[in-house]
Amino acid sequence: MRIAIASGKGGTGKSTVAANLAWALARSRDVALVDCDVEEPNLHLFFPAPATEMPVTTPVPEIDAERCTLCGECGKFCRFGALAVLKDSVLTFPHLCHSCGGCTLVCPQGAVREVPRTIGRVTCSRPLPRLTLISGILNEGEVQAPAVIRAAKTLAEGHPLTLYDASPGIACPVIETLEGSDACILVTESTPFGLHDLRLAVEVAETLGISAGVVINRSDGQDEATVAFCREHGLPVLMTIPFSREIAAVQNRGGLIAALLPGWEERFSGLFEAVPGVSP
Amino acid sequence: MIVCITARASGTDAPAEQRFARAPYFVFVDTETGKSESVENPLIDAAGGVGPRAVQMLSEHGATVLITGQVGGNAARALEAGGIKVYAYRGSGSVADALAAYTAGNLQPIPLA
Repeated sequence: MRIAIASGKGGTGKSTVAANLAWALARSRDVALVDCDVEEPNLHLFFPAPATEMPVTTPVPEIDAERCTLCGECGKFCRFGALAVLKDSVLTFPHLCHSCGGCTLVCPQGAVREVPRTIGRVTCSRPLPRLTLISGILNEGEVQAPAVIRAAKTLAEGHPLTLYDASPGIACPVIETLEGSDACILVTESTPFGLHDLRLAVEVAETLGISAGVVINRSDGQDEATVAFCREHGLPVLMTIPFSREIAAVQNRGGLIAALLPGWEERFSGLFEAVPGVSP
Repeated sequence: MIVCITARASGTDAPAEQRFARAPYFVFVDTETGKSESVENPLIDAAGGVGPRAVQMLSEHGATVLITGQVGGNAARALEAGGIKVYAYRGSGSVADALAAYTAGNLQPIPLA
């Protein structure tokens, strides 16, 4: 079972939900938690532990000057400006390359070959006996978040229960995270912004054919608009976390409410059971 | 020698544009014949990586001198590799004015390295 935690809006509490859910589940079963927010991974803050790491590479073009006739096809094809064909050389800009491989296909001389370039890394740790934490980390200045997300998800393959913590928004990194998930938990907050971006996230999940449920975080008790939206779209409200100083204080210390506040371990276990497709 | 001047519209009467790869037009002037050719820039709305692509366009048109306001880092690398010299025109005049200022030796080169 693979469950993604996403939100649309940033700062709604994806990582809070993911970390607490993982902790509560790891009390009784094996869990892999994958930090797919590769531009700003932070789940390791909740689970400090020594980690092993491996580089993530992506293919970029290298020109064989012997074969190249400076015909210009590769430069014309590349819409990212990763190759510039000048009058006596081809210049490559590896950091602009999106690794589509098109330049190798359009080159009539077979003068373009792909070489690996490191763009990030994946770390793996075991902070609890039954919890494996895998974090994707995209190097600063790089753009290919999906490649690092893919590498992190690949490393988690084979685990019976995997949680993916997505990045905010609904762009490529989120789609990469959601792809292949059996269900997703959409975390929102009871503000107009939260609802606006929840709407977008729901559309993405619907388009990808992934069943979703909603967690309302920092609820001030006036969630009517969100609840009505969920009802209209057939989305179960899986859990409501109140706007509370006590919860914020635990969170701000890097603590887990499931571990430190009474009743929350059970609530997060209950959240899991309520995710569409978990209980028969 | 072919000189490229970045412009907001086509023709040598068009106002010069300070941005390089996001300029709406590239005006190529052959200084020997005085003939000019205006090319609409297809990259103005592109997402990114426009610098190297614009330099490739200049290279295809045989330009060896570029007159513009400023260039980005990727463009600078490509311009240097392509042997295209860059001069700064930051006035509010036309393409013709920018070219005249260059011909009179009044424009400063933009360092590329």
